[in-house]
Amino acid sequence: MTDLLTREQPPKAAPVRRRSRPRKGPVAYLLRLFVTAYLVLLVAWPVSLVAIRTFEDGFSGIQGILEDPDTVTALKLTVTVAISAVVVNTLFGVGISLLLVRSEFPGKRALSALVDLPLSVSPIVVGLALVLVYGGRNGWFGPTLEGAGLQVVFATPGIVMATAFVALPLVIREVVPVLEEIGTDQEVAAQTLGANGWQTFWRVTLPAIKWAIVYGVVLSLARSLGEFGAVKVVSGNVLGQTRTATLVVEEKYLNFDQQGAYATAFLLAMVSVACIVIVSVIRPKNERS
Amino acid sequence: MLWFSLLVLIPLCAVVVTAAEGGWDTFWTTITNGQTAAAIRLTVTAAAVVTVVNVVVGPMIAWVLVRDRFWGKGALELLIDIPFALPTIVAGLVLLSLYGHDSPLGIDVANMPSSVYLAYLFVTLPFVVRMVQPVLEQLELDVEEAAASLGASRFTTFRRIILPSLTPAIAAGAALSFARGVSEYGSLVLLSGNLPFKTEVTSVRILSSVENNNLAGAAAVATVLLVISLLVIVLLDVLQRRVAVRD
Repeated sequence: MTDLLTREQPPKAAPVRRRSRPRKGPVAYLLRLFVTAYLVLLVAWPVSLVAIRTFEDGFSGIQGILEDPDTVTALKLTVTVAISAVVVNTLFGVGISLLLVRSEFPGKRALSALVDLPLSVSPIVVGLALVLVYGGRNGWFGPTLEGAGLQVVFATPGIVMATAFVALPLVIREVVPVLEEIGTDQEVAAQTLGANGWQTFWRVTLPAIKWAIVYGVVLSLARSLGEFGAVKVVSGNVLGQTRTATLVVEEKYLNFDQQGAYATAFLLAMVSVACIVIVSVIRPKNERS
Repeated sequence: MLWFSLLVLIPLCAVVVTAAEGGWDTFWTTITNGQTAAAIRLTVTAAAVVTVVNVVVGPMIAWVLVRDRFWGKGALELLIDIPFALPTIVAGLVLLSLYGHDSPLGIDVANMPSSVYLAYLFVTLPFVVRMVQPVLEQLELDVEEAAASLGASRFTTFRRIILPSLTPAIAAGAALSFARGVSEYGSLVLLSGNLPFKTEVTSVRILSSVENNNLAGAAAVATVLLVISLLVIVLLDVLQRRVAVRD
């Protein structure tokens, strides 16, 4: 038995090794070199430069933006907006994923295609669309809502909507494949054992899709914090009220405050890199289990 | 469903309706206006060129990430996702720091048409790679070995065995990266300078119409972009079905 076990391993690893070394030797190395160079030039170097520029004068850059009340307000607004959008998208995303996977209805295919639409629509178009419908002066619903005391465009609700729009597919895209994979066996079993719909969802379905939701949430969070185009159209960029962190970066750069722009950009970049690291750390762990 | 309609469907319909209100002639004059047409042409050309680059480079990156083993591969894996997660305005700033006025490489593309290509390359990087990678991982080495043992050269193996199974994934990635390129805005604001006829892309054009309170004109151009997005979505849906059939 031990003999079998020890003998089984080398043949598994060996063909790959042998094949990739002598036969694909030069091509593989060239390819590796090319890919590494390409990624370093396009991604790694520029990103690291921003970090370097931020800390050129030590921590004064970061300190500067954290002491600037306008920037702090913008950062707070960004966080509030991102969290609201993520909460909305998570609830909605799980709901619509269940709908897409577990039920049959006419137009399902169209709906599942439309759900992906926000990924490929320009953020500017998103902003424009929201302004056309919810704009205070001549939107479709805007004047009515404003009459009811709810200003959407040029106010926080509009920013939340724009952010929710662009990050919409992320949770759905993570949850749908998992739902498809787990099938309905366990849910049916739970129901035959007397669980009601809510219990089935809470005890059976939710634990199974837990990790998919977590990825979706982390990705949405990264996307929401960084949304720029749609927010720019919808927010009106009112200093201290509807200016978000990404708008601050642009503003500062255009006003020749490079240090401030780099520092704010660095903060945003840190958060998004942290999000990817989190996803890449928890993903393999989950797939193994 | 209601939330989805309120958030996505009704606003997008509003764009099309507003564009249609002016009638076909207004729509046509708006989008064939010199500056707008130049913007659309630049956007589509740049997105197409970048997509072609991605179609070539994307599978190469995926190949290295899946089949090659070397120190630091994990870091490369992480780098792929950065353009997706990085806020677009930060992406623009990031590129500007290496390829801008005080570039340590001496390459200055700021305010040049090439900056549009650069920004597109950056933001569309993950799409083809991420679509191809899982397919390549599932691909059996046995088949390639069988082909090789039957006397196929490396190139033949690649062309007849590997490429056909990757094609749907590459095409899907290409569609996504084209759509993303066409709709890109944030990374260009700082990088390209938005010079009319030279580096102004469609999204910027729409924004300036909005800022001039020319909502109808903005809607007309936005409709063009929406149609492109819809085409891409339909194409993707078809391709995904083909991948599913293959499995």
